[in-house]
Amino acid sequence: MKRFILQRLGLAVITVFLVCVIVFFLTHILPGDVARQYLGRGATEDDLRDFRRLFDLDKPLLTQLFSWINDLIHFDLGQSMQYRGPVSELLGPAIGYSSKLAAVAFLIIVPLSIAGGVLAAVNRGKKIDRAITVGGLSAAVIPEFVWAIILVLLFGVTFEIFPVTAFPGKGDKTVLNQIWHLVLPSISLLLVLFGYIARITRAGVIEALDSDYMRTAVLKGLTRRKAVIKHVLRNALLPTIAVIASQVPYLIGGLIAVEIVFNYPGFGTILKGAVDARDYSVLQAGVVVSSLVIVSFQLIADILFAVLNPRIRQKISE
Amino acid sequence: MNDTTATTIANKSNLERKTIRRERVRLVLRDKTFLIGALILGIWLFITVFGNFLAPHAAGDQDFQFVSKSPSLKFPFGTDSNGRDVFSRVILGTRLIVVMAFSATVLGTVLGTSLGLATGYFKGKFDMIVMRLIEAVSAIPVLIIALLAIAALDGRSPTLTVIVIGFVFTPNIGRTVRAAVLGESELEYVAAARLRTERTRHILFREILPNVLPPIIVEFTVRLGYAIFAIATLSFLGAGVEYGSPNWGSQIAENWGNIYSNVWWPTAFPALAIASLAVSINLISDSLLEIFEL
Repeated sequence: MKRFILQRLGLAVITVFLVCVIVFFLTHILPGDVARQYLGRGATEDDLRDFRRLFDLDKPLLTQLFSWINDLIHFDLGQSMQYRGPVSELLGPAIGYSSKLAAVAFLIIVPLSIAGGVLAAVNRGKKIDRAITVGGLSAAVIPEFVWAIILVLLFGVTFEIFPVTAFPGKGDKTVLNQIWHLVLPSISLLLVLFGYIARITRAGVIEALDSDYMRTAVLKGLTRRKAVIKHVLRNALLPTIAVIASQVPYLIGGLIAVEIVFNYPGFGTILKGAVDARDYSVLQAGVVVSSLVIVSFQLIADILFAVLNPRIRQKISE
Repeated sequence: MNDTTATTIANKSNLERKTIRRERVRLVLRDKTFLIGALILGIWLFITVFGNFLAPHAAGDQDFQFVSKSPSLKFPFGTDSNGRDVFSRVILGTRLIVVMAFSATVLGTVLGTSLGLATGYFKGKFDMIVMRLIEAVSAIPVLIIALLAIAALDGRSPTLTVIVIGFVFTPNIGRTVRAAVLGESELEYVAAARLRTERTRHILFREILPNVLPPIIVEFTVRLGYAIFAIATLSFLGAGVEYGSPNWGSQIAENWGNIYSNVWWPTAFPALAIASLAVSINLISDSLLEIFEL
């Protein structure tokens, strides 16, 4: 088991390293010079030279790459081109806000999607099953910003049930009020992620329902409901863990548009600002941080999957 | 095994596969989900081609007598805050997103299929290195890597966005194709072709490719839906398309601030357009997925 974890950890480190290399070359090798892109067409040669010196852009590419990665290892995300301050001061609080939103979203998404998947599986082939699978995936292909705007229009403007921004005003910052403001943005994310998670849960539950141990349980005299809760869920939820982890990239990608619609000062809003200002230091750091989060979730899911599944656990220890 | 037996084995399996394929096509054409999706997509494709003749006004036509007017007989979808006809702009905005999404998906499918064929067939070190790179690219959210590349390339250019999205899709498609090829390359007909000393190119494209087409077709439709998703979101964020051009994402970006004063039509109609186009493609891929039992 220890070897398995170390091996996975090693692969994760390699992945993050490769992400750094890809991101670096995307910004530095692609046609277009970073300094000129940032400063615009009006910049003089002197401006360009000063800017390049300030951000080490005059050094050889490989030196730049390795000093950047070296800084990253020491938790130094570099200097923002736009604000001329440390990127970490910009990203830190934003990531805090986004984590709050992501946490509330996950608390809503995971149980609802699993419940949807189970409901579809036990009603396999019936109308409710088709509604959940086809409806869920159809909702998933509509972009988050479209959902967000539709939700604001319906529940914020027309019916005035939920607040139209994700950020409570100065006066009222109780935890409950903050969560209340995050419900509508979370639902936009839910609508996009529900379909995938529900579909995998459904597949897992169906497989478990058809299994020998389920037949044994029913023959033993357990009611269907009891057998489902006791035997099926435990086995069916394993693949769901993997899928939930695989949805983290989509969740992070979705944050950008949702945060902008709901005027929320999170990671996505910062990233969008960096794109508009062509602030490459913030963009690079943002990509690396998001891939770090994604890889960590993947790693946790892999390990959890192995620990919870006796068959894999045994294979590893052999 | 001599030449003739090898060919017989290959032919027999080909014949069986052809029957299966014909049966599947018949099932697809009878599936209600597929037909509804195809009908909606068909309407959008018609609008893509004939949009210029269907739109009552040009995209830039402004009439300051009619600013932010709600839907009426004269303007079925109302007018926006610049006095432009929303109905015409939705129709004229179709072409850009449809053409961009199709081109990006075709590019990604061609690149991904080549990559999947190569890694699945040759295996070994080459496969390992490519897989690590694929893993790394998959650890970056599609939207974020696209935003970064478009920012780096100073892109308001649709062509560039198509190339970026095509490249971003390549690893995903490559992985699907690789998995299918890994299964196929163990089968007898590949061994037979090898014994016939066929060239590798022939084995890859003539023998294996036709047999891994079903997962590629399904992956194509799934990616097409996601291309719509990505292009709409990018243009909403102001990347990848020219500012002010009639396209649904930018239209929503320009107008959604007005929903608070209940001017919902310049936002809601392009939003519905994106939703119906994306859902129609999803219905098609959903039905294919079901019937191909992938």
